[in-house]
Amino acid sequence: MTMQFNDETFRGDYTFHNSPEAIRRFPFPFDRDSYAYSVNIEQHPGGPAGSPFEFAFDVDEHYVAEMNDRAITLADDPMRCQSLPHMELAGWDLLELIMVSKARDYPELFSLSRDGTSWHWINKPLGIEQRFTFLDATTLPCGPLEYITRQAQGDFALLHEREGNLWLDAGMITSQADWSLDFDVGMNFFEWHAPVPKARKMGVFDKALKFLLAVTQEQSYRRLNWTMTVNPRLDTSPENYHKWGPEKRTITPENVGAKQFLRVELQTFWRLPRSNALAFPIRCYLCSLEDLASQPKWARRLHRVLRDIDPDLAEYKGFAVNQEMIVKYLAQFDDGAETSPGIFPD
Amino acid sequence: MKKLVVKVTEVEALSPLVKRFRFEDPKGAALPVFSGGAHITVEMPEGETIRRNSYSLISDPYDGSAYEIAVRREDMGRGGSRYMHTRVQVGDEITISAPANLFQLDLRARKHILIAGGIGITPFLSQLRQLDMEQKPFELHYAARSRAEAAGLKLLPEAAHIHVHISEEGARMDLGAILDGQPLGTHVYTCGPDGLIKAVADQAARLGWPKTAVHSEAFIAPPPGEPFEVVVRSSGQTITVKADQSLLEALEAAKVEIDYSCRGGACGRCQTHVTACDGRIEHNDHWLSEDERAEQKTIMPCMSRFKGARLELDL
Ligand code: HEM
Ligand code: FES
Repeated sequence: MTMQFNDETFRGDYTFHNSPEAIRRFPFPFDRDSYAYSVNIEQHPGGPAGSPFEFAFDVDEHYVAEMNDRAITLADDPMRCQSLPHMELAGWDLLELIMVSKARDYPELFSLSRDGTSWHWINKPLGIEQRFTFLDATTLPCGPLEYITRQAQGDFALLHEREGNLWLDAGMITSQADWSLDFDVGMNFFEWHAPVPKARKMGVFDKALKFLLAVTQEQSYRRLNWTMTVNPRLDTSPENYHKWGPEKRTITPENVGAKQFLRVELQTFWRLPRSNALAFPIRCYLCSLEDLASQPKWARRLHRVLRDIDPDLAEYKGFAVNQEMIVKYLAQFDDGAETSPGIFPD
Repeated sequence: MKKLVVKVTEVEALSPLVKRFRFEDPKGAALPVFSGGAHITVEMPEGETIRRNSYSLISDPYDGSAYEIAVRREDMGRGGSRYMHTRVQVGDEITISAPANLFQLDLRARKHILIAGGIGITPFLSQLRQLDMEQKPFELHYAARSRAEAAGLKLLPEAAHIHVHISEEGARMDLGAILDGQPLGTHVYTCGPDGLIKAVADQAARLGWPKTAVHSEAFIAPPPGEPFEVVVRSSGQTITVKADQSLLEALEAAKVEIDYSCRGGACGRCQTHVTACDGRIEHNDHWLSEDERAEQKTIMPCMSRFKGARLELDL
């Protein structure tokens, strides 16, 4: 089956939409009726056929529109993609990982032929064909990190390991949940996580860092993180807060189901071979409350999670202002019935 | 950790004590490429137990056609290197881990100085190739007692920035001369005996080098010792650790689940909580701090041993 790509926008008229299949495969992040920070890490790739966990880098109906949105954001602000000079090799590692994975997992969309360092890449959905020399940046229109992440959904952080810590020394960040690459670049794991409430005291970050440092090549992992976004907007950056922050105030009891989105990040961890850097792709999925409510288990559970969540987390995640309206809306779908374990719909 | 089955395709004596081994995929597929300074863990099955030792890769890191390691025979050790020297033949299939790196080059450096003592040359052999490919300035200094013992000589290219110091010939390595006057932003890497690592660190400190520019990898395998007993808390099971076995190997032989990566006390992966300790833990790792050692509340089973009446682990 060939994939259909949506004609849609993530700003302005916000025509983003999920097909019924996209709703059913949405990576709903809650495996129980409550939520607290934890080191929720499992092996990746791997999961039910058709789920976003099946392949290394999921490609879905939003691919082309997301890449267009990234191009708009970058044209306004080139600093969303940065790479300190020592990270170019990691950029090549990431380019190889993505090209090899996509050509293997989606042969009808992508192809890669390699003859030594002479590579030939075809990206059919975006209409790109490129011959280049691997490890020679002069043969690409831009650096390897920027080149490949203009063709891959989700944000990408590249971490340099030294002094027993990870340093955010390169990235392509255009669909972030209110943090800034330009601010965080060059910081270490504890520095860039400093704004997160509670987690450090709980020991979550000590354990998570230790785990990440021990990730070896050929063995990658994932975790899910989530927040709430008003309107299907990818670029919820601090740089553009003036554009999207005020939209939080446009939520009413009538439109909350359509305008309030659950935003889920599928985060994966990869040890890169030549640079020994760590790649941290952050893939963002959006689903409106109304669409989530088409799965009764999700609607019940989301109601309970958001009703009972720690107020500090609601504040940090930025939805405290609308929490009451959201919970009231979801309450109509919660009959008090038990929910089955796990994240998948019944 | 991901494992790979490979075929031994070459075994060569580099010196009376050191052999080189070449491994390839049995079907000729490409092995994962890696970064300079990476190591693999080799599995050596002997009867019921599997011994695992880590060895630096010495081959071209960007060439997936084969992996190579060099193993020095340690007759006082637990037998891993003896196994490699006497049992492993061309044509054998063996199991190894995917590469991991605890001694990577810091590619921010303006210049790299690599200092090797004896068999400590091994991680630098892959780093040299990476530095060449990345076109980064570097110097290598390789110290050995005698030419006959200097197994690395056969593997090193002839180049102006590669210096060999043979102490028997009166050409001792002068660390002061090597480190003094290097450009700002130079990093130094040492691999070899503890004494050499300490001497380089002291010299660098005297010259005012930042600590973050000084890197080292102590090349050690778990030391043998007196046999001792350990109790597994969850099952109450008592396990005997033999003289030529590490605690990690004994736990594995008893089918207790425990994580590891380097098996050399450097990565932290095997760290285990101690729930009872009536005696003294012999900490041989490079992971725990002085305070953590003194507390005796945690142990690195890949390297450390115990003397006393009772040791109970939270496993
Ligand atoms: C190296 C990979 C990682 C990177 C680059 C990264 C980056 C970030 C950033 C930039 C933020 C936003 C902080 C802010 O408010 O400015 C964040 C939040 C957070 N991170 Fe990470 N992170 C990484 C790995 C992890 C891991 C392994 C965990 C495991 C527990 C984790 C847990 C969290 C949590 C709980 C938050 C708060 C998110 C929320 O409540 O919405 N991170 N991370
Ligand atoms: S396995 Fe690496 S410290 Fe024990």
